[in-house]
Amino acid sequence: MAQLPHSAADMEKSLHVWLDTEFTFFKVEELAAELTALARDEQDFILDWIRRIASTHITLAWQFGRRAPALLPRMERRLLEAWAVHTCDVFDRTGLQNALRVMEQVDSFDEAKHRNDAAGALFEDIAPVLGNFVCGLSGRRLRIEEGDAAWTDGERIVLPPLIAALPDLDDNFQLAKITVALLWAQTRFGSLRIDHAAIAADYDDPERALTRLYALETLRLTARIARELPGLHRQMLRLRTQLDPALPATWQQIQARLATPDATLDDSLAMLGTAYDEPDCPQWSDQGCLRPDAIAAARAARLDKEKARLRIKLAELLDEHKASQTGAKSEPEAPPDLDVAPRDENGRLDFEITLDGAPLAPPDDVRQLLTSVYLDFGEIPPEYLTPAGDGEYDPNLVFDQPEDPDAVWQGTYHEKGAELYPEWDHGRQHYRKNWCVMREKPVTPAYDDFYRDTLGKHAGVVRQLRKKFEALRDENRLDKRQTQGDEIDLDALIEALADSRDGREMSDRLFVRMHRAERNIAVVFLVDMSGSTKGWINEAEREALVLLCEALELLGDRYAIYGFSGTTRKRCELFRIKTFDDRFDDEVKARISGIRPQEYTRMGFALRHMTKLLNQVEAKTRVLVTLSDGRPDDYFDVYRGVYGIEDTRMALLEASRTGVHPFCITLDREARDYLPHMYGAARYIILDDVRQLPLKVTDIYRRITT
Amino acid sequence: MNARTLDPAQHLIEKEPYYEAVGDEIQLFEAAYRQQIPVLLKGPTGCGKTRFMEHMAWRLKRPLITVSCHDDLTASDLVGRYLVKGGETVWVDGPLTRAVRCGGICYLDEIVEARKDTMVVIHPLADDRRTLPMEKLGQIVEAPPEFCLAISYNPGYQSVLKDLKQSTRQRFVALEFDYPSAALERRIVASESGVSEAIADNLVRFAQMTRNLKGSGLEEGASTRLLVHAGKLIADGVSPVTACKSAVAQAVTDDADMLKAIQELSSSIF
Repeated sequence: MAQLPHSAADMEKSLHVWLDTEFTFFKVEELAAELTALARDEQDFILDWIRRIASTHITLAWQFGRRAPALLPRMERRLLEAWAVHTCDVFDRTGLQNALRVMEQVDSFDEAKHRNDAAGALFEDIAPVLGNFVCGLSGRRLRIEEGDAAWTDGERIVLPPLIAALPDLDDNFQLAKITVALLWAQTRFGSLRIDHAAIAADYDDPERALTRLYALETLRLTARIARELPGLHRQMLRLRTQLDPALPATWQQIQARLATPDATLDDSLAMLGTAYDEPDCPQWSDQGCLRPDAIAAARAARLDKEKARLRIKLAELLDEHKASQTGAKSEPEAPPDLDVAPRDENGRLDFEITLDGAPLAPPDDVRQLLTSVYLDFGEIPPEYLTPAGDGEYDPNLVFDQPEDPDAVWQGTYHEKGAELYPEWDHGRQHYRKNWCVMREKPVTPAYDDFYRDTLGKHAGVVRQLRKKFEALRDENRLDKRQTQGDEIDLDALIEALADSRDGREMSDRLFVRMHRAERNIAVVFLVDMSGSTKGWINEAEREALVLLCEALELLGDRYAIYGFSGTTRKRCELFRIKTFDDRFDDEVKARISGIRPQEYTRMGFALRHMTKLLNQVEAKTRVLVTLSDGRPDDYFDVYRGVYGIEDTRMALLEASRTGVHPFCITLDREARDYLPHMYGAARYIILDDVRQLPLKVTDIYRRITT
Repeated sequence: MNARTLDPAQHLIEKEPYYEAVGDEIQLFEAAYRQQIPVLLKGPTGCGKTRFMEHMAWRLKRPLITVSCHDDLTASDLVGRYLVKGGETVWVDGPLTRAVRCGGICYLDEIVEARKDTMVVIHPLADDRRTLPMEKLGQIVEAPPEFCLAISYNPGYQSVLKDLKQSTRQRFVALEFDYPSAALERRIVASESGVSEAIADNLVRFAQMTRNLKGSGLEEGASTRLLVHAGKLIADGVSPVTACKSAVAQAVTDDADMLKAIQELSSSIF
């Protein structure tokens, strides 16, 4: 039986709360009245989204509520949802004004134009596939990004949020794929090598000239694709007959001339005059659009940088080559005769480097630089091949340097050089994309006596630990009475022979087998460095780490130690104490000693980053141990409370989904009620007494890894 | 129908195994064989290492004993062990010992997968001593001049943990294998699978695309072997797109997005 619709009064009550009408004065009565006309599941759908959006911004939720009832009959729920999530993303990224604009755009949804939206290909769904697709095609590595329309600047391909020109989902995907292929072909086959603005400037109507040029290039690239990717070309023709009018006769002649295998951009340019005079100009629904400014900007930024990079890399290559030619006389007088021959065959771009006539294998990075330069010029210009002299370039300017994490704060507020992590917004029931701005920072080592003092203080425990952990070391041992093995188990054999003489059945467990120890564990310890750990807890944490390291060194497990803290989502910081590659040396000891309480407890990003690091390590078992002093918290932020608990819970779930075993040690003595929920995916333990920590942590580690 | 049972130590490869030389690897191997130097074959999976060994065994007219190493392979699996037969213990030679005794070619495939103690066994065989000590018998077997040791290893995907030790690798002459050039690969695919040159060309082009994806989601691109599989399916009447899906895409990845992307690449070509 269908449920009865909500009454207006019921809905008003909820809406008053969600939309905070006491302060915002939104007229929820009108909205509720409008909603009463809908069926129950439609009401639920809209109310649910109002509630979810309200957790992000009340005005957006109100705007959504006002528009949604009218949209529901003509828009698929899937799309309404995508629209709502997109609005929230825009709000996260660029604020309320832009988000409201996105909200309004939905009103301009013209039904006829959008009748296929239900079957549309959403960017989120197709981007991962097309990203790999374009990566498989040869040439420069292009990124796929979401934007307002389909275009490319030679380094990335931008696609609109929804491609919905056809009534069939698969066809829409094919259309997106063809668009991507055409945009890729622009980079691959040299459409972007010219200064579009300068060429257009020669004409009275530059806009008209650019449209004509783009059409010419589309024709040329289509022919190119017909040869390179015949399967794709077939799809292209099929969709074009459905979507686009037939080519006018004059354009058909142009098409034939541009279809020759050796047609280049120059041929298109040569025909631009003719095309300019044509009264009409064909357009295809798969061609995307031309953004000369973006192309020029990307190219300008790229050229000098790549020239410098290539020349430096070539100099390095030569140095290496010279170093490997030991015994050969060095003759610095004659400049090396370096030559690069591009080979463009079978959809593969390759380069042969010859040095004084002898071939030299280019490393991958050099090959990629050569590819990129070749795509920009159609050749490798000779001046790119003079290896850079010493000090000719400042490597700081040429190569992307790891940003000094503190420098970004002395100036404008930006996210350069940071890694971005999503965060789970439980109100919205969706991730906030690229929300946490994460940076790794080193801990300032404190060279003091802390390490020694700790060992002295816990001398008894250390001895005990050593014993326990040595017992734990899975030594090689002989397993007796096995069905298969390296050698014969004589005891078993004698017994078995006696048995068989006796008339009993003879056992087949007659071998000894070497059991070999293979403890293959990688573990990350994530230590709370928030301000609340100041004092006892901080000291106990540091002591615990010292004892842990002692024990782990015995076991030979690979381990890393990081601390986390932060202020707001813009400043999430992870402190490197020991990476997997660091040895447990004096510096690491000094860093443990140097752990100081910092700011707040935002946990999600730290868990996500650690999960990522752990998954890069080759190990059978991956363990993530967190050590914290209580509930997630952040400065003047929603993170305090349910939001933070839910985000932490989600991050732990994500970790265990990738196969990492999370384990949480917490010192929170109050408010334990939320812990089972927050640690849902993880096992956890609550310690009452801070002083127990150093002894307990090691013991816990022993328990969870055996 | 009866399957033939062969003793690898006695069996010589009768028919020439198809192999297209990429460079001078055949001459190099023959020289190393004559000079009694062991050989290390490096290269990605499916690029023809095993086929090369078969070809060389045929060329040199020696029996080929291949051991595919796995992480449970111990030294006694190679050298031999005592077994119990009717109340008595009997020594049984392992494949390595058999190869030494009969002067054959012993090929240890993916050597780094084996346990570390196996390396120690091959060391005395791999330097100028050319002996195989058999601790449990208290004997030393001297390898005849015909004996040859070859190992293979794929530097690409194995972990750092399983890297070949310097003390091992510096005993060998190394031959590097890579995917053959496009023209050569086309010829291999065409002659191995029986498809036309045009289809072989498209298959090679497709393989190149998957190799472009190496490092951005794929551990390894499609190998020549996979192309031959796909080619054989096509020659048997399977449509090229389906053949590429089953023989190549599904073989290189399980990731759904990556599968779809590879699918789209193959359907773009065929």
